[in-house]
Amino acid sequence: MSTPNTSALSQASQSIRKEQQQIQRERILSNPSLMIGAVIFLLIVLAALIIPSVSSIDPNAMVVIDRLKPPSLAHPFGTDEFGRDLMIRILYGARVSLGVGCSVALLSCLFGTIIGIYASYFKLLDHILMRICEGLIAIPGVLLAIALMAALGASSINVIIALTIVYTPSVARIVRGSALVTREQTFVEAAKVQGASSARILWKLILPNVISPLTVQASFIFAQAIISEASLSFLGAGIPAPAASWGNILQGSKQVLQKAPWTVIFPGLAVVLCVLSLNLFGDGLRDYLDPRTARRKK
Amino acid sequence: MNTNDKFKSLEPLLEIKNLKVQFPSRKKMLTAVDGVNLTIKPGEIVGVVGESGSGKSVMSQSILRLREYDSAVKYEGEILFEGKNILQLSQSEMRTIRGNRISVIFQDPMTSLSPVHTVGKQLSEVLILHKKMSKQQAKERCLELLSLTGIPNPENCFKKYPYELSGGMQQRVMIAMALACEPKLLIADEPTTALDVTIQEQILNLISELNEKLGMSVLFITHDLGAMAQLCHSVRVMYLGNLVEEAETQTLFEHPLHPYTQGLLSCIPRLDSERGRPLHVISGVVPPLSAVPEGCHFCTRCPYADDVCRTQNPPSVEAEANHFVKCWNYISREEVK
Amino acid sequence: MISYILKRILSLIPTLFVVSIVVFLVVYMIPGGPATALLGMEATPESIEALNTELGFNRPFFVQYADWFSNVLQGDWGQSYFLQTSVLDAIGEYFGPTLSLAILAQLISLIISVPLGILAAYRRGSIVDVTTVSASLLGIAVPGFLLSMFLMLFFGVYLKWFPVAGYVALQEGLAEHLRYLILPALSLGLVQAAYITRMSRSSMLDVLYMNYIRTARAKGLKEASVVLVYGLKNAAPTILTVIGQSFGGLVTGTIVTETLFNIPGLGMLTMTSITRRDVFVIQGVVLFVTLIYVLVNLVVDILYGFVDPRIQLGRK
Repeated sequence: MSTPNTSALSQASQSIRKEQQQIQRERILSNPSLMIGAVIFLLIVLAALIIPSVSSIDPNAMVVIDRLKPPSLAHPFGTDEFGRDLMIRILYGARVSLGVGCSVALLSCLFGTIIGIYASYFKLLDHILMRICEGLIAIPGVLLAIALMAALGASSINVIIALTIVYTPSVARIVRGSALVTREQTFVEAAKVQGASSARILWKLILPNVISPLTVQASFIFAQAIISEASLSFLGAGIPAPAASWGNILQGSKQVLQKAPWTVIFPGLAVVLCVLSLNLFGDGLRDYLDPRTARRKK
Repeated sequence: MNTNDKFKSLEPLLEIKNLKVQFPSRKKMLTAVDGVNLTIKPGEIVGVVGESGSGKSVMSQSILRLREYDSAVKYEGEILFEGKNILQLSQSEMRTIRGNRISVIFQDPMTSLSPVHTVGKQLSEVLILHKKMSKQQAKERCLELLSLTGIPNPENCFKKYPYELSGGMQQRVMIAMALACEPKLLIADEPTTALDVTIQEQILNLISELNEKLGMSVLFITHDLGAMAQLCHSVRVMYLGNLVEEAETQTLFEHPLHPYTQGLLSCIPRLDSERGRPLHVISGVVPPLSAVPEGCHFCTRCPYADDVCRTQNPPSVEAEANHFVKCWNYISREEVK
Repeated sequence: MISYILKRILSLIPTLFVVSIVVFLVVYMIPGGPATALLGMEATPESIEALNTELGFNRPFFVQYADWFSNVLQGDWGQSYFLQTSVLDAIGEYFGPTLSLAILAQLISLIISVPLGILAAYRRGSIVDVTTVSASLLGIAVPGFLLSMFLMLFFGVYLKWFPVAGYVALQEGLAEHLRYLILPALSLGLVQAAYITRMSRSSMLDVLYMNYIRTARAKGLKEASVVLVYGLKNAAPTILTVIGQSFGGLVTGTIVTETLFNIPGLGMLTMTSITRRDVFVIQGVVLFVTLIYVLVNLVVDILYGFVDPRIQLGRK
């Protein structure tokens, strides 16, 4: 009597397990944001790394007779007001803009994590650090960056410093939030009871649980930092000319907007595509890491 | 022998005929309710019992057609309410029935009331909508309803937000809301599951009292056999979208026929049972809807299942007078061939 | 309610304290002191030294901060060395156009975003939803100044519907005023709308699958009441918060937009001050804009308390 029953049972549980695996696989495949975002972004990075190194065109070489040439075979994206090839300038610009964005994302996540994790664990420190973060968040981001740039002077390093100061507080708040949730969980309690040191609890138990919201946040900050850098440089408060960053290129294009719209369109597309791919990637990653919200929102 | 004969002669209030409810999933349609027949007479309390995932909530919500807002649900069969097929009504016709002729109490009162609207607003709205009352009239009627459901200080409760009330009070508000327009049919979808045991008892008594006082029919959905025994005139047992057994309450408890019902009943711990005897459990788990077995839906867990059970779903037969069961054991096998 | 409002206001004190320190640091941090910035590269070390001493920059940090802070409280936000006026007067003079622009842009963004967000959430998965989601994803990825340039190019240069740049004060007629503001406001508003649409869609989605929505339908309410009365009011706190937060982006957006469209507002003031390194003006603008931003969010918090009574008890 029991034999057919158990075999039927194991069959049922097997079919459940199979379905689970199937769902996992489908979740990655049916997450186009993650895939498309990652692919586009990688293509941009590869283009920025490879093409300028193999090309012989100097991004700063001015050729007077080639001023403001529309896109052609020789200059696929056209030339700017000094006769410089736009495509190669955009690719060099990608190195600068992506470099700044990446540094800002990494640094603000690093500092934000340290602040957030310590804040989550020590009550007094929490009060002080969070008040500071709230104060910094209360100042509109780009405005704070502009003020810092005005004080520090325009340079790539200063752009990175200014934007890191802008984005660190929000990372700290997110990390603190999820660290507080993790802290309440049983395995942390258990470690405490067993006498684990607070350093061990912080870095071995709490940190790993904060990583996933952090990576999502990192990709959004990367995207935001690219926009902010472009805005700062566009305003002349960012990376100083003649270095080609996307914001710088667009600043130059402002004067010739009517005569040569391609000088706006191509660098503009580069910014949009890059930010869009990073945002898509971040969205996809969040949906993947937190399937509950994904199912509801998709 | 029993009190239920009085329902026999009455015209049915609600008649569900061969109802099939399907939802789209990733690949195929999932059948949550599979060929259900159910009749409710005026004044009758009908219980539907089953584990979670048996389709009992889907069935009850199909009566008000609430599911179609959330997913592309597909119906087959008929749901006749006062002679009209609900499944063919337009949404605007449905709206004149919902909350008015048929109303519902949900499982979780804490989340079923809007947190940012006052009790008064949520309650009087139904009366203003269906009974075309003025705000003042509606308020007076609401206060009556609140005291009818046993809320001590109705005037005070009227002004409050749901989060200021206890779970039991919130459920009373839900019941008051459901009763506001004196519906013909009340669907109580696990109304006591989220509540404390003592509160459960009060709510059950309240429903039973209101049934007698107002003469409305009740469709009572639960997985709690005790609550069922206390409240219902007759009981249906549901398993994976099928009604597997149907009988008057007393008959079902004294003399269950379907192996699933027998299993369910023997799961109830009894005071008079031998000490130290392990509690009975039904082996296995309810299969997911995507893996409903062919044949009798219960065959994966049934101790008596044979090859016929695994290949063909049995019809429902009247094994005893007024006692229907959907099981091959009560059908002579020759007839099958 | 009153105690809730008071509590909110009191909780701003530490925030504003931190803000004041950061704003003060903006000038304090300048390598070589504010005089280096004000006098420029060509100045002799002696003249820099002299101006720094005159500005009191050689005193200890806390003395300087306390001095500056009490001055700010008394309405003395410093002097602009180039405009030859006080910083507060300069801000007052340039604030009008920025306010007009910000209000118009916020109106445009709200008119577009909230209805669209609700509709997209309600018709989840439909063409309307997919289009809305894609458009807002794209909108979030476009920097404001880029959108400004595209709009300039299309509506100003190509279609010639609106002036490409410039500003006419409100006193000279509302129609003209709006005609000049519409392009910058549209470019700012669209960027805002992208973000608010996305957020209001997702907060509506959170709400539309709640049990109380099912209850509202079970009562026999019309879909419009279900979605607008029960859906929107429950989603309103989140949407309000998002609108408040996005105001910061709007204000900084105006800086870029104003310089592009040649509107004599705070943004223009900031940018000219940056090129002149008129640091006290920059400091003043940052402080002023932050105060407005904080105030807007205070109002949002108070509204939040009205919409959702639970927040007053700190239950949520």
